[in-house]
Amino acid sequence: MTNQEIKQLLSERFPELSEWEESYGMLTFRVPPDRNLEIANAIFHDEQLQFRFLTDITAVHYPDRVGEELCVVYHFHNLVDNVRIRMKTYVPVSQPDVFSLAPLFAGANWMERETYDFYGVNFIGHPNLTRILNVDEMDYFPMRKEYPMEDPTRRDKDDEMFGRG
Amino acid sequence: MNEHHLKLAEESLEKETTTINVGPTHPATHGVFQNIMEIDGERVLSTVPTIGYIHRAFEKIAERRPYYQITPLTDRLNYCSAPINNIGWHLTIEKLVGMEIPKRVQYLRVIIMELARIADHLVCNSVIGVDTGALTPFTYVFQWREKIYEIYEEICGSRLTTNIGRIGGFERNFTEAAWQKLHAFIEGFPAMLKEFEDLLDRNRIFMDRCIGAGPISAERALSYSFTGPNLRASGVDYDVRVHSPYSSYDEFEFEIPVGTTGDVYDRYLVRNKEMWESLGIIKQALVKVKDLDPSVYHAEAPDFYLPEKADVYSKMEALIYHFKIIMGETDLPAGEVYNAVEGANGELGYYLISDGGRSPYRLHFRRPCFIYYQAFPEIVSGGLLSDAIVALSSLNVIAGELDA
Amino acid sequence: MARPVQYNENKKVTFAPIPDGYQGEGFMATKFDKVIGLARANSLWPLPFATSCCGIEFMATMGANYDLARFGSERMGFTPRQCDMLLVAGTIAKKMAPILRQVYLQMAEPRWVIAIGACASSGGIFDSYSVLQGIDQVIPVDVYVPGCPPRPEGILDGILKLQEIVKNESLRRRHSDQYKGLLNEYGIQ
Repeated sequence: MTNQEIKQLLSERFPELSEWEESYGMLTFRVPPDRNLEIANAIFHDEQLQFRFLTDITAVHYPDRVGEELCVVYHFHNLVDNVRIRMKTYVPVSQPDVFSLAPLFAGANWMERETYDFYGVNFIGHPNLTRILNVDEMDYFPMRKEYPMEDPTRRDKDDEMFGRG
Repeated sequence: MNEHHLKLAEESLEKETTTINVGPTHPATHGVFQNIMEIDGERVLSTVPTIGYIHRAFEKIAERRPYYQITPLTDRLNYCSAPINNIGWHLTIEKLVGMEIPKRVQYLRVIIMELARIADHLVCNSVIGVDTGALTPFTYVFQWREKIYEIYEEICGSRLTTNIGRIGGFERNFTEAAWQKLHAFIEGFPAMLKEFEDLLDRNRIFMDRCIGAGPISAERALSYSFTGPNLRASGVDYDVRVHSPYSSYDEFEFEIPVGTTGDVYDRYLVRNKEMWESLGIIKQALVKVKDLDPSVYHAEAPDFYLPEKADVYSKMEALIYHFKIIMGETDLPAGEVYNAVEGANGELGYYLISDGGRSPYRLHFRRPCFIYYQAFPEIVSGGLLSDAIVALSSLNVIAGELDA
Repeated sequence: MARPVQYNENKKVTFAPIPDGYQGEGFMATKFDKVIGLARANSLWPLPFATSCCGIEFMATMGANYDLARFGSERMGFTPRQCDMLLVAGTIAKKMAPILRQVYLQMAEPRWVIAIGACASSGGIFDSYSVLQGIDQVIPVDVYVPGCPPRPEGILDGILKLQEIVKNESLRRRHSDQYKGLLNEYGIQ
């Protein structure tokens, strides 16, 4: 199955899919945030598409894209025809709600928890959306671009250590 | 967690369930994971894993590092097979910039990656032995793992966290000593592996402990996004080396071993068989390398490949390129790329978004350990507590990869 | 066929040197400090607190090629109550730090700590929000082993260095005000 055929099949069924592109051989498209589960479900059960393997879920933060700062990225794999696709959905950082894929894929559980932990994406319908890698007490989402990488309590990098104080 | 739904079975001799805490520094967990287990006598009713005890924020650090400085980070993901991670990362960059890699470099990479796979599987399988009470195989195989490390040392100077290769190839050609050690390894290793199998494969105690312990069906394994040996043990022949070949894997003849039940014993057998296959791949690569120009060890890509240090000190052009690469003045195309390699534990994916700057805009690692460790509660519930321990070691969860 | 039994008859066995003292026929007089130091130094029971890459190198150190047992430390204790030497090998994240401290507190005096590798010593390459920048922020450390990860020879060298410390430690050190002050700095009573 080629990317062209997938695109044709999908755009006939779901005309609201947009931003089609093919980057390094992988077909990419955008779905509205309230339709992600429905479309993932459709391509899972479709006899031709058969995207039944969830490779990965992650998110990207674009602070400059006002109103759609967070992008949730899904990678699916059709193991029968060996085709991969990438599905994206954009949500505003003020209300980052998307549906959880956990009912469809058992493996989505932790991937979504990790995405929540890093970016604060709220996966509606997730059985246990809590922090997974960071400490529970953390009060921010560290992978968002505005937060620093360094440990803020670290003192050996202070200017005075380098004679600049 | 809501444990109130747990009811003791009618035939249970216990009055109530017991909660035990395994980890994060428990000797039976190879790595730092915590499991709060609810047990009925010796039977595991449920387990709640907690992870993140060595979360090191790889992805955040990667956003602040130039591309060539991310290689040392990838070392520390699955540190039992660091070269696969390194080369996987280099392949991702090469895919992004569309670099042509000479055949010889590709074969050399295959050799290194398969050696790393052997080293990783050796650790995992011998540790299953340790957890079932057989320490001898562990001490045997560690001697041979040292020999693999010596080969790495000849090539890159480091043992465990190798930082092997550069974008575009290797930092130096394989030395004569490296070839000698490699040939010595190929000759001596099969006898050791045979002995290792003799010690465990048909060992009654080992079989009793492993067969039927911690099984997972193919459907559940796929639903949990399993990849690698753990998926293959359930009977699905998915291997990135075959499905989306990289580094000329399509030119090699090898078999993908699959299991049937997905239990500890199958995972053990699949890994053992894979070591034989890896050995076969290395032998084929050695033959293929023979016919090629032995002086080629990197691609002609001066914009990305760090020039040799001796040249940097003596040649103007090399100095300029060195400066450009180190200061991040080379232009990378903007774009997003997903590249996967078959890591020792499964599909190791790199999802890279470049905005053309000197470091990635976003780099996400698809870490197989992280993804399949979530199936652990399902795998062990209903089994014995001792089975849970061998199931954990047979999954080969590497804490560094798990926690990123 | 019976397997031939081999004895290490030809191997050179080194004895620990006799401490200074007054010797005569059939007796030897020396200080308790020296004798106990000698005994402690050559039978350090390690508690491996291995979290990541350095832990794998520590496994190699225990393995056949490098053989930590040669230095009297083959008895891995996985309970802090019985061990003298805490080997922290690997990155300690902030989530892990309280657990490390707990393990240290559970160890009985006298106790020594080796920080193996750059991460345990200083945070290493992980200058990030989630990593403790050196375990000496939560527990006192006796020996730092550099390297990322250190080679097994490096780890052995660290243990030998610690043996020197142990040998020369005064029996009264653990009761001294200076030592109590050190622990107080870490909030340990």
